[in-house]
Amino acid sequence: MSARPRPLSPHLGVYRWQIGNTLSILHRITGVGLGVGLLALSYWLISLAGGEETYRTAARLFASPVGLVCLFGWTFSFLFHLFNGLRHLCWDVGVGFERTQRHASGWIAVFAAVCATLAAWALLWHGGRL
Amino acid sequence: MAWRAAVSLRSPLGRVLGAGSARAGTAHWWAQRVSAVALIPLTLWFFWSLLLLPTLDYATVRTWLSVPLSALLAVLLVAVTAYHSYLGTNVVVEDYVHAHSAKLFLAVLLRFLYVLCAGAGIFAILRIAFLP
Repeated sequence: MSARPRPLSPHLGVYRWQIGNTLSILHRITGVGLGVGLLALSYWLISLAGGEETYRTAARLFASPVGLVCLFGWTFSFLFHLFNGLRHLCWDVGVGFERTQRHASGWIAVFAAVCATLAAWALLWHGGRL
Repeated sequence: MAWRAAVSLRSPLGRVLGAGSARAGTAHWWAQRVSAVALIPLTLWFFWSLLLLPTLDYATVRTWLSVPLSALLAVLLVAVTAYHSYLGTNVVVEDYVHAHSAKLFLAVLLRFLYVLCAGAGIFAILRIAFLP
């Protein structure tokens, strides 16, 4: 017996891009990016345990142009996922659901993530650790 | 599933408590939230520690990670991050991979990868902590 056709939700393409759905998908994208970052973190820890030579190889890899772009991306991804995750946790306890609150907290999360990313890299650069 | 629920003999309460056909209910959702809360202090500690280290050379980082408290927090960081990330990416696979075989394959592959990745990272930290 064939099942009756299930109702389909509207395709993703019909939605207008707004702060809400943009940050929602960005939360997923940064989350997946951070999953890849966990691989890099493990590799870094293994290289540290392996001795000075392997650590220097890993450090060189992270200091390469591609490595720096990845590290910058992971910094932003971590901070955005953290701030936007706090929004989600607030919603889970029932706080901040109003339209204006949602929009404001969304922009605050983006702004805070951008500022904190730049501040962290400025601190690294200022300390001569890049 | 409204048309099917209408002929079900299970009470509405039973359906809620039984938590659907997978019997999983809110466990996944809840685990994701609890691990997220745990990750707030853990990730901030890690991020802040790396920023505050005078240099990121071998001796400095190794000395920092040899301190028992650092090693403990780093182990927890890797473990909880892997768990939280596994829960999240698993949902991504469930949402975007439609072929059943590919979905199953990816879900199992991800699980293996996360255990391997976390296991290797934690082993490395313990090695540094116990063989400084």
